[in-house]
Amino acid sequence: MQRTGAQVIWEVLAREGVEVCFGYPGGAIMPAYDALLEYEMRHVLVRHEQGAAHMADGYARASGKVGVAVATSGPGALNLVTGIATAMMDSSPIVCVTGQVAASLLGTDGFQETDLTGVTLPITKHNYLVTKANEIAPALREAFYIARSGRPGPVVVDITKDAQQASTDFEWDDRPVELPGYRVPTPVLPATLTRALELIHGAKRPVILAGHGVIESGATAELVRFAETAQIPVAITLLGLSGFPATHPLSLGMMGMHGEAWVNTAIQEADLLIACGMRFDDRVTGKLATYAPHARKIHIDIDASEINKNVKVDLPIVSDLRQTLLALQPQLERQERGEWLARVAALKGETAVRDIQALPDDGHLYAAHVMHDLWRLTEGKALVVTDVGQHQMWEAQYYKHDYPRKLLTSGGLGTMGFALPAAIGARFAQPQDEIWAIAGDGGFQMTAAELATCAQEQIKLNIAVINNGYLGMVRQWQEFFYDRRYSATPMKSPDFVKLAEAHGLQGTVVTRRDQVAAAVEAARKAPGTFLVEFRVEKEDSVYPMVPAGADLGQMIRRPHRSPTSEV
Amino acid sequence: MDRAISRTFIAHVEDKPGVLNRVVSLFRRRGYNIESLTVGRTHEPGVSRLTMITTANEDTARRLEANLYKLVNVLRVRDLTAIPSVSRDLALIKVKASAAERAEILEITKVFRARVVDIATDALIVEITGEQDKIDGLVALLKPFGILEMVNSGMVAMVRSAESASAEPASGVRPQRASSAA
Repeated sequence: MQRTGAQVIWEVLAREGVEVCFGYPGGAIMPAYDALLEYEMRHVLVRHEQGAAHMADGYARASGKVGVAVATSGPGALNLVTGIATAMMDSSPIVCVTGQVAASLLGTDGFQETDLTGVTLPITKHNYLVTKANEIAPALREAFYIARSGRPGPVVVDITKDAQQASTDFEWDDRPVELPGYRVPTPVLPATLTRALELIHGAKRPVILAGHGVIESGATAELVRFAETAQIPVAITLLGLSGFPATHPLSLGMMGMHGEAWVNTAIQEADLLIACGMRFDDRVTGKLATYAPHARKIHIDIDASEINKNVKVDLPIVSDLRQTLLALQPQLERQERGEWLARVAALKGETAVRDIQALPDDGHLYAAHVMHDLWRLTEGKALVVTDVGQHQMWEAQYYKHDYPRKLLTSGGLGTMGFALPAAIGARFAQPQDEIWAIAGDGGFQMTAAELATCAQEQIKLNIAVINNGYLGMVRQWQEFFYDRRYSATPMKSPDFVKLAEAHGLQGTVVTRRDQVAAAVEAARKAPGTFLVEFRVEKEDSVYPMVPAGADLGQMIRRPHRSPTSEV
Repeated sequence: MDRAISRTFIAHVEDKPGVLNRVVSLFRRRGYNIESLTVGRTHEPGVSRLTMITTANEDTARRLEANLYKLVNVLRVRDLTAIPSVSRDLALIKVKASAAERAEILEITKVFRARVVDIATDALIVEITGEQDKIDGLVALLKPFGILEMVNSGMVAMVRSAESASAEPASGVRPQRASSAA
């Protein structure tokens, strides 16, 4: 059948199962937007294209499906860049469809022309410049396949305006996509499995390091069974949180820079690390030379280029995590590790509870209290989307996620402004979930314009702005490492509730802990998006903390607790 | 700690716009230094062949290989460093040559099995193929006459014997090809 290139875009998206896309029109993408009116596609008009990319990303992370962002050429496409890089660092499958100037203008510095494939080359899994209508369908099909297969990631399809306008013969080709140079991981060789089992069975003090790959591979149930059979405690990366149930007895919690002391100590004492879909990021390892010095390392990752990148491993397994765990399970021996688990329990003690209790409820409001109370009030079942900074770490420490894909956060790139747009995307992926977007006063203002999107699309979100009047994490580093010289970190913010109200939304302010429950309840009951501004302690810091590049065992501890009470 | 040594990689890539950019961008971004890079056609239609020389230790080399494989348009990568192979560079050297010096220069080129491809009244152009050492040797001998210009094609390399380093992956040892049906 004859279709314009613009129509082909929506024909393919519909067949790829896309029901919603996030975008912003402009000159070079106008043919596609014109054709959009003929198709049953929910389009969410964003207020800035960065929001579109984060929404597609949030949709992808919350659903496991590919998220789609649409933008015009030049400035529109460039505004996607931060969101594309965010998706790349966190292996999130998104496809960005962008308009490009007509092929005849390419390379002439035409109006709103940017070499987008050039710009996005290092921050995409792959990208396409399409100049002919008949090349649109194959490029988009490949883009979806590449985005979601293997290690997921963003793919850009940049389509010239004349290709959108031209007519082409469109027949849906449902044969499998053939990409001669694209590789999917192979099953693990039996000899490798045998070696892995030897190491696991021989270990006295093993620790599993669970990363984002657990969630991407859908391996939560398999990992739980694996850990239970072999009785191995599980430390979790920031992006791995929710991939292994936080309230499981074998869960240690988050590792790394702001991981609890018992987690990092267990890793440093371990004789075997089983890394599952994680990449030994510098925020996780601290100083590499002293990282887990007694441990052999098994590294299961779908991406061969992650092997031996940061940490030299004894046994690499380049394969799908879930398939690998399924292959290991039949021969995995039930193990008793009473001594090691007792040691871990001793390290752990009741510190988590004590930390919360140690914060005085003296009328001040601590962010840790907010996170803890939010966890209790939502029974740990909310889908939480965090921004970047102190609140992100407090959420990771005090909100216990038991269900996969219920914590979305920008880990690798650490993109401030992620929370609100990503939560909007998540809303379309999980219409029934209670969703909380949590952001600091700084990060929230980076993409606060998307409040208008919430209003226009009549979306129900709960927004928690953790306002401490500073760019808190930078302030904390200035306090610790720059002699309290608070350069450019004090921040004056607008009245957030009035800001919400200006958008036709509701909100309230919380300044004391005894107001938290009522505010959370008000937010949950509100029919539309509701913003709660939590005015928290201004100069509170996230503890414990391993300074960047320091030994994982050298933590800055909570100041109000004496070193002798530590284990 | 294994030592960083000069390594030769061959990559077969799809002959599509921007592929060279992707490869070069990877080297740049991951901090690998390209000492030599050549691109050319092969006997297979739509397939280009890159020969790359870089200094890397074993771990870095394996990661470079893995990173190259992540490029969708890269069909096959081989590290020839430890494999018996033939490598050749081609150089054109323009040497100042008066009539009196010409005979001596021709004598030198003969020893090196180089060819004179252009003679002018005051200069001649020598073409030499070979490994880097051989070319360096000739350059050293021609220098006293005065080298006016020189250009290197960059190294190309090929595995010895009937073993093929074609774009087709050898069975069993290489990652599987992708197909959405898989």
